[in-house]
Amino acid sequence: MHTNPNFMLNGRAVDLADAEPTQSLLRWLKSRQQHGTKEGCGDGDCGACTVAMVETDADGRSHYRAVNSCLLPMGALPGREIVTVEGLADGERLHPAQRVMVDGAGSQCGYCTPGFVMSLFVGTHDGDLSDHCIEGNLCRCTGYRPIRDAAKRLAALPIVEDRFGAALQQPRAALTSARVGDFHNPGTLTEALALKQRHPDAIWIAGATDLGVNLSRGQTVAPAFIALDRIAELQGIDIDTDAVRIGAGVSLSRIEHELAGLFPLLDDMLPWFAAKQVKNRATFGGSLGSASPIGDLAPILLALGGSVHLAGPNGVRDLPIDGYFLDYRKTQRHADELIVAVTLPRPRDLVTASYKIAKRQTDDISIVAASYAIRLDRDRRVLDVRLAYGGVAAIPSRAVKTEALLIGEVLGDALVERARASLVAEFAPLSDHRADADYRRALAGNLFAKFVAEKLA
Amino acid sequence: MSKPTTHESAVGHVTGRAVYVDEQHLPQGLLSLYPVQAPHAHARILAIDATTAAAMPGVVAVLTAADIPGVNNTGPIVHDEPVMPADLVSYHGQAVAWVVAEDEALAMAAATAVRVDYEPLPPILDVHAALATNTFHLPPAKVARGEVGAGLANAPHRLHGELMIGGQDHFYLETQACWAQVDGEGIVQVTSSTQHPSETQHMVAHVLGIASNRVVCRCLRMGGGFGGKETQANPFAAAVALAAWKTGRPARVKLHRALDMQLTGKRHPFYARFEVGFDDAGLIHAARIELVADGGWSVDLSPPVLMRAMVHVDNAYFIPHIEVIGRIAKTNLASNTAFRGFGGPQGMVVGEEIVDRVARFLGLPVDQVRERNFYRESETPDRNQTHYGQPVVDNELPTLWAQLRARSDYDARRRDIDAFNRLHAQKKRGLAITPVKFGISFNKTEYNQAGALVHVYTDGSVQLNHGGTEMGQGLHTKMLAVAARTLGVSAARIRIMPTSTDKVPNTSATAASSGSDLNGHAVKAACETLIARMVPVAAASLGGDAGEVRFEHDRVFLCDRPDTSLAFEDVVRATYNARISLSATGYYRTPGLSWDPKLGRGHPFYYYAFGAAVCEVEVCGLTGVQRLLRADLLHDVGDSIAELIDRGQIEGGFVQGLGWLTSEELRWNAQGRLLTDAPSTYKIPTVGDVPEDFRVDLYRRAKSPSTNVIFHSKGVGEPPFMLAIAAREAIRDAVAAFGDARVVELAAPSTPEAIYNAIVKVRGA
Repeated sequence: MHTNPNFMLNGRAVDLADAEPTQSLLRWLKSRQQHGTKEGCGDGDCGACTVAMVETDADGRSHYRAVNSCLLPMGALPGREIVTVEGLADGERLHPAQRVMVDGAGSQCGYCTPGFVMSLFVGTHDGDLSDHCIEGNLCRCTGYRPIRDAAKRLAALPIVEDRFGAALQQPRAALTSARVGDFHNPGTLTEALALKQRHPDAIWIAGATDLGVNLSRGQTVAPAFIALDRIAELQGIDIDTDAVRIGAGVSLSRIEHELAGLFPLLDDMLPWFAAKQVKNRATFGGSLGSASPIGDLAPILLALGGSVHLAGPNGVRDLPIDGYFLDYRKTQRHADELIVAVTLPRPRDLVTASYKIAKRQTDDISIVAASYAIRLDRDRRVLDVRLAYGGVAAIPSRAVKTEALLIGEVLGDALVERARASLVAEFAPLSDHRADADYRRALAGNLFAKFVAEKLA
Repeated sequence: MSKPTTHESAVGHVTGRAVYVDEQHLPQGLLSLYPVQAPHAHARILAIDATTAAAMPGVVAVLTAADIPGVNNTGPIVHDEPVMPADLVSYHGQAVAWVVAEDEALAMAAATAVRVDYEPLPPILDVHAALATNTFHLPPAKVARGEVGAGLANAPHRLHGELMIGGQDHFYLETQACWAQVDGEGIVQVTSSTQHPSETQHMVAHVLGIASNRVVCRCLRMGGGFGGKETQANPFAAAVALAAWKTGRPARVKLHRALDMQLTGKRHPFYARFEVGFDDAGLIHAARIELVADGGWSVDLSPPVLMRAMVHVDNAYFIPHIEVIGRIAKTNLASNTAFRGFGGPQGMVVGEEIVDRVARFLGLPVDQVRERNFYRESETPDRNQTHYGQPVVDNELPTLWAQLRARSDYDARRRDIDAFNRLHAQKKRGLAITPVKFGISFNKTEYNQAGALVHVYTDGSVQLNHGGTEMGQGLHTKMLAVAARTLGVSAARIRIMPTSTDKVPNTSATAASSGSDLNGHAVKAACETLIARMVPVAAASLGGDAGEVRFEHDRVFLCDRPDTSLAFEDVVRATYNARISLSATGYYRTPGLSWDPKLGRGHPFYYYAFGAAVCEVEVCGLTGVQRLLRADLLHDVGDSIAELIDRGQIEGGFVQGLGWLTSEELRWNAQGRLLTDAPSTYKIPTVGDVPEDFRVDLYRRAKSPSTNVIFHSKGVGEPPFMLAIAAREAIRDAVAAFGDARVVELAAPSTPEAIYNAIVKVRGA
């Protein structure tokens, strides 16, 4: 029954039998003298190692997705198709994504260039050549203007059917279960839970945008991995009249795209959550699973009063998000349980907004993230309010004292000022390399004032 | 002349075929290095025990100070920089030993098994602690003119202030990388991502205790340098060469990003104190300025960095009575080093701070006070000399400034912004125009020389060697243009070679914006020698006078008979047949330079580069978040050799400066460990930080210059970096609109947090 696992690299099958499963695709490429893909950071933050990965969605359509090869463990590759910068040109004939960069002086030192080229390549296929297409690629030389202009010129070129477009039209079978050493890629939920029973010390790994950093840095993370990125049951999005259930394995890019317009909280947050390369791999489940106090999605769940669905050896559990987070990176989820989905109630008559403040406004980690949901009556009396934050405590938290202060009161300048002062006092955040505690406290209050000024004026 | 539109390696860049140091066809048996890092910022090393590590799989050697056969030092000016310390740890993360193993993972694993016993000592972790304890490198430096005491005393108004300016990581996309092998003849062959191959060569020889003629250092191209590989490539080259020397096998290192950020020095943080005397019109009479650069643990290039700051505090302004005192704080941090602008940016930020304080004190528009204090060559020739005694030769700034004011629609936008600010309580816009005057030449006079070596082969192909290095700035592209123009051939005929110390010896660092000025003249001289040798041969073949021979478009002809021509390669062949050498060196030294570092006087710069920028920002009063809405840059590159390359330097320099002054913040913990050692925590600009409305123009001067720079171009590597000061001043302008303060203190970098804190202060004033 066993054929060796393999993957396609620039149209050629590569055997994975000897691959070290926790080695990154980037390091593997380097070991095979494929030097076009560059290592700028090894942390998934610079985009120099961007490659295109083919993914087939539930509707059967295939897409190229830009991903950071430094965060992609070889163990996750069986059955996948990868295009690198070496695969683009036909001999001396450059791909249009390369041609516009040459003509527009888009390269100086050239070290970030292959990553930009791959982002642009993907952009030509998914029709987005805006700044968002290249936000995850750092360049230290050009100041970006010529690259932005190259992207614009590329967007203006007529669409020509080429071998890359034709390749996407090929029918593809769904990815099946596969294993590379101790890196397991189950195809079903049952299989995943059974694997966990057999390998209790194995760790769940979704898009590997968080654990991939540790692996890339050569740290020992776990003796075995159970990957969740090819389990069909985790890939669904169910849009109901009252709520939307999002599979834990749905990428943030898909959420951003497929739920656009349904949740202002997501629309406000996802463009700034991270760069495309990360959003193409990161999942809602992974974000909650890592339980980071500065995760940008937990405040949204808290503000909407959502719930988390877990599956384990003893069946399924549905837990409200309130009370889900217990302590720093500790949640109610047991080690052998898996997040399978989250449910977001649809914000009927609520006014909602998310804010994210970071040192840099694109592709950065929050100093403070805030998600607000409020319902007022005709006299501006507060009927319902949920004020949720990341970055102000050891866990994503609601400002319950300030919520209590607001309930039943008329929302005017005086109340906003009282709420602001209350929010400043409600949390005891840390000072760290991102910001001092005082600034975080000030933001906790001021972002609410900003929310009222912008959405409730 | 030919103006190549793209970088000579552009196709290599976009296809991934351009090769960098750690990507060459590497030799069999290549070993990798990984450092053993000290967990203290300051400590005595009591013992190093590598027995466990040495026995681990794949480990070939563990190198410590005791293994160094030559001199344990890579300090470029002062010999205070051990490759590995024998007894004293001077900064957190310092490499106290290097593990050499079959691959990087094995070396990394073994590095954690090296046992080192330390006795921690109290560290000094910033400028203030150094000031409090009088801990400095070298004696203070001074540049002064006039009677500063009397000038201050007699001025109608006086104010004083202080300012802290943050450092900056280079964040070249390619981290420090090097590999080395000892060849069959015992020559140490080093390939390094270095801006200064000659110095890397000398340092390797010095550390191995051998003569320089036994070391060859090559540099193909760098994935960015920005000054960070001017001296700081040397310790890694030394460690790698030592590994090759000790083991007899080739060895490599390419630092992981976090290691690179922890181990290498950055732009110097500066602390400044100033006192300034001025009159009702805002004219500055006198200034006393004290600059303290955070040098880090060793001297490195700190003295010339400090000096460049001291001779750029004036920026574009004449200050009759002035005294600038500079000190270098000795701290237990990585050793700060060259970074684009080389102290100039810090000096100019201080200068602009002073002008802004004067203007706000008087309630005058800042742009007006700037203009009033300008050096002006024609209107006020008596106010056109710098405080170090050099006149501002070919001073184009007042004209350039007036052009930018008009083009950017400054005055109308000023009115619109004031109106906008009256209507909005929680968001304010700011506008600023700032000048740049930047001296071109190495402050160290002896560095202002260069060499080239040009071979013409009998098939008519040309091989070009020069002493400069390519780090993305387009030097090779410009050198190809110079050679093609001088030889009268197409650039396609010329192959530029990796920089190598066995081709051109004793080169200077590619730095100080002078790479194309110096190497361009050397290349031109070599090509002119070759032409002079070929001319008589061509004249004889064409049957005319030598004076009438022309080399153009790959053809050789007499100027009065252009229809009869010879192919370039035919003239080459005939020259060879006539037994005339087709290989020539070229050499250049910048004329007229002098500098007395003791007196702080002289003529250190061949000329000045000028520029100006207008920036408009919007600032949120609730969060401190700012957005750059529009930037207009006008910069003087002389007669450009390659316009696209020069525009790239202007735009790229500006955005890098923008990062320094806004989002790039270095933070250390209380033990001196760098906390911002990855792009997840250290934020250089992304495309999202670049304004959609970004207008960049090259200044066209009306007068011909009094200097003879290569083809009348101007150095452009560093000066545009300082155009970003307009963004800082625009942010300050927006912050000021939140209140009615006479002083707007704004930290550098102006992160959202810093801006928010400044707004709180302004509102409270």
